[in-house]
Amino acid sequence: MPKWVDILLIPLINLALALFVSGLVVAYIGENPFEAVAILVKGAVGSPYGWGYTLYYTTNFIFTGLAVAVAFHARLFNIGGEGQAGLGGLGVALVLLALPWPHWSIALLAAMVGAMAFGAFWAAIPAYLLAKRGSHIVITTIMFNFIASALLVYLLVNVIKVPGSMSPETARFGVSLPNANDVLPWVGFPRSTPLNVTFVVALLACVAVWVLIWRTRLGYEIRAYGHSEPAALYAGISPVRIIMVTMLISGGLSGLMAINAVMGEAERLVLDPVQGAGFVGIAVALMGRSHPVGVFLAALLFGMLYQGGAELEFERPAITREMIVVIQALVILFTGALDNMVRSPVERFFVNLNKRAA
Amino acid sequence: MDLLGVLQILDSTVRMATPLLLACLAGLFSERAGIFDIGLEGKMLMAAFFAAAFAAFTGNVWIGLLAAIAASLALSLLHGLASITFRGNQLISGVAINFLAAGVTVVIGQAWFDLGGRTPALEGAGRFQEVTLPFADALAPVPVFGPIYAELISGHSPLVYVALLFVPLSWWVLFRTRFGLRLRAVGENPAAVDTAGVSVVALRFYAVGICGVLCGIAGAYLATGLAAGFVKDMSAGRGFIALAALIFAKWRPWYALYACLLFGFLEAIGNRFQSIELLGIAVPSQFMQALPYILTVVILAGFVGKAIPPRAGGEPYVKER
Repeated sequence: MPKWVDILLIPLINLALALFVSGLVVAYIGENPFEAVAILVKGAVGSPYGWGYTLYYTTNFIFTGLAVAVAFHARLFNIGGEGQAGLGGLGVALVLLALPWPHWSIALLAAMVGAMAFGAFWAAIPAYLLAKRGSHIVITTIMFNFIASALLVYLLVNVIKVPGSMSPETARFGVSLPNANDVLPWVGFPRSTPLNVTFVVALLACVAVWVLIWRTRLGYEIRAYGHSEPAALYAGISPVRIIMVTMLISGGLSGLMAINAVMGEAERLVLDPVQGAGFVGIAVALMGRSHPVGVFLAALLFGMLYQGGAELEFERPAITREMIVVIQALVILFTGALDNMVRSPVERFFVNLNKRAA
Repeated sequence: MDLLGVLQILDSTVRMATPLLLACLAGLFSERAGIFDIGLEGKMLMAAFFAAAFAAFTGNVWIGLLAAIAASLALSLLHGLASITFRGNQLISGVAINFLAAGVTVVIGQAWFDLGGRTPALEGAGRFQEVTLPFADALAPVPVFGPIYAELISGHSPLVYVALLFVPLSWWVLFRTRFGLRLRAVGENPAAVDTAGVSVVALRFYAVGICGVLCGIAGAYLATGLAAGFVKDMSAGRGFIALAALIFAKWRPWYALYACLLFGFLEAIGNRFQSIELLGIAVPSQFMQALPYILTVVILAGFVGKAIPPRAGGEPYVKER
């Protein structure tokens, strides 16, 4: 089977199936699916305002998607992105509230360290439990999502909110990241769009993950472990080390998402800063075939869906925001769980083609 | 606290434990057959929506129950299709089902009722009414036993008793019938079952089907027994608590009952008190909410007894390599 079939054709067929079924749902609730797509695309990329939001969401999904993707390479399924990003937000808030930061660039670096440290810490416990005690990582990371959410609520309500204030949120940070409006004034991004320099950090993260996975010794070991644990063991690769390191990287990437949402957008820690982006990361990594380029493209697609979906709800109130969740579910279903449904016939087709050619 | 206060908490415990128990037993059948199911949450949510919607349309809660079971069964078959027929990743399929239910219930709910994802409030025959067991009123004045019988044992929705009956029934089916033996075997060593000439695929589909029916009842109880209608995301993580209870119970029916009662008790306490004093330390309600998950992690870590899942769990069966 040619390589382009695996990395391009099959994901596109899967995506087409997911969108087709989504279209059926839209048609069922009495709206025109083609009109809906037109409104969605226009809302997402039809104006600098739309782009600003689309790329803001894309930034979130790149981080959470890379987090899931890195873990996939070691055949670990990290569902805990939601909790790790939430904890990352806590790290960002603690770092930024601790000192009066003189300049945004220093604050950004410090906040990144805080976000990665807290996110990695939250991934480290399930990783340790898997590596040393054999606990199933999917179950433990799910449990840690709930524990993280309870912990954040507790801290925001009782410990780190502004004294005397009723709303469960921290004080505003003293620094703000340069907005798209400041950096690229000629494009015409409105002030209100939350797109900020974190987008650049996300692109750098894509490159870094590519280098890590395909150009370093550690990346080779991660992939080797993912392909076959006994073989990796035989080659002298320590499973405990790979599980720990991979999950620390994965958790750190999830945590970085908070830079965008907490430091870049809200500029304070609020309840539920992640807003489901941790779960979108699963769909993004599956669609992107765990490759940084694929992750970027899938994150862009989901960014468009999120921004366009908001516009769509505004124009066609019958199509609620949850339609995006349906599309997300169908993408996960067709690209992840039902992959073989498309793959087997396509493989057979190309095998027959080769036979006839030979 | 007086006897009545204690009884009220225990009564609430039973109510809260019921959906957990049904979902937990659902997961028990599926996972014992080697199919991991993290889609319990989604199936419950979908069932809750269809129960409330059809009960609202027809005014008959039993039709609601049937619709709930059908909806949950449909998702189960989708899970079976993905994880048994197409040998996909069972965990990913479960994640997809959870999102699908979370989205579809609101999208369709908005289209059907235009109430922002809710269903109309159910009343009368549209809900499961409380069953008063015989002599409950007559025995109520008897000291100690009377209130316990009248408050705690009597006066629940019929689905509560159904859920409790499913515990011995599940035990009997799994551990005392040929079907149960084969079902457990298919979760431990499917190749052996296949060699014996029994269809692995069929057995796993049966297990997934039973799981769907039980999740359907659990969802129906949420929307028509515990509440009076469907609201967005009303399962509120119960499917995951049920999963936690299943691990806590080490995949055994009677222990599942105890685990669900424990988690239901925690929920009942959390609902009633904002924070409680324990040995002079104020325990925040968020800690109570997180406790089931923390306990599960501790159990999974094997510090307090080891939870060993069915051996072939999560792996699709390939007949020939």
